[in-house]
Amino acid sequence: MDVFQKRLLIGLAVMALLVPLGIILPEKLGAGGAWGEWSAEALQSMLGYLPEGLSRYTGMWNATVSDYEFSTGSKPLSYILSGLIGAALVGLAVYLISRVAVKRGK
Amino acid sequence: MHIPDGYLGPQTYIPIFAVTAAFWTAAMRKLKKTLSVKEIPYLAMASVFSFLLMMFNIPIPGGTTGHAVGAAFVALLLGPWTAVIAISVVLIVQALVFGDGGVTAIGANCFNMAIVMPFVSYLVFKLIVGHSQKVSRLSAAAFISGYTGLLASALATALELGIQPIIAAAPDGTPLYCPYPLSITVPAMAVEHLFLLSIVEGMVTMLLLRYFHKHDPKLIYAIKEA
Repeated sequence: MDVFQKRLLIGLAVMALLVPLGIILPEKLGAGGAWGEWSAEALQSMLGYLPEGLSRYTGMWNATVSDYEFSTGSKPLSYILSGLIGAALVGLAVYLISRVAVKRGK
Repeated sequence: MHIPDGYLGPQTYIPIFAVTAAFWTAAMRKLKKTLSVKEIPYLAMASVFSFLLMMFNIPIPGGTTGHAVGAAFVALLLGPWTAVIAISVVLIVQALVFGDGGVTAIGANCFNMAIVMPFVSYLVFKLIVGHSQKVSRLSAAAFISGYTGLLASALATALELGIQPIIAAAPDGTPLYCPYPLSITVPAMAVEHLFLLSIVEGMVTMLLLRYFHKHDPKLIYAIKEA
């Protein structure tokens, strides 16, 4: 790994520590979730009913760390930890895919 | 822009998944042919970068939030086909581990953010840059590339959501999946991206391209290929 790549890694580490900004700023400015990503409960209260097909699919998957939030600990800390776990998983997956893709000695 | 489970009916998510799977197969074939050991750290860091960037929710004061994706820069740095893999990995981890984006919508979300976005960004960049190597031209091209790439991705998402009431309704006419028609989904997605989120994506794309270009232009796929 050369100096340039080390610098990029440091940049990613700084990003990983700053992720709580991504939940603190929206809260401070009174911004809600993303458009079109409402939970079933939120949609129900917006429409007054829940579309039948939607209700069949919603909640079908139990994500390990739903919404980047652990049940214990502070929100910002939970968000940083989610970021680190996600980054590790993504990095590992890409590494494994690359191992398959690159033939030895290339 | 991560479509949750239940917003798209099977008439939509199954065909889109098939298209996405075809792109994955082609992208893996390209990757096998072209990826070198030297590039692996960049590929891994590109994916991690996109994952972290999407955690920075950008508030529209009093409204909703959105985020940049990073797929435009990844497409310029590593090529659009490699970006397909790099961003798809991120979206699959987000859906499976963090419930960000539905599992049935993985095909659609990858189509919007890991296929439409990198290819639009890459083509726009090449069109504007031509054979020029001037930094000002490269910078402008990178900004517009990020801007249009994210906008195209948002519009694809809006189209998929907005056609649901047309193609899937109960006998009495109530929508089965996403209840909002195109006349609502398209303006909603377009406005927040036109005036804020796409500008952020454009800035990110431009700043990173300049940083890499200053260090070594040969690292950048979209430039060395010319």
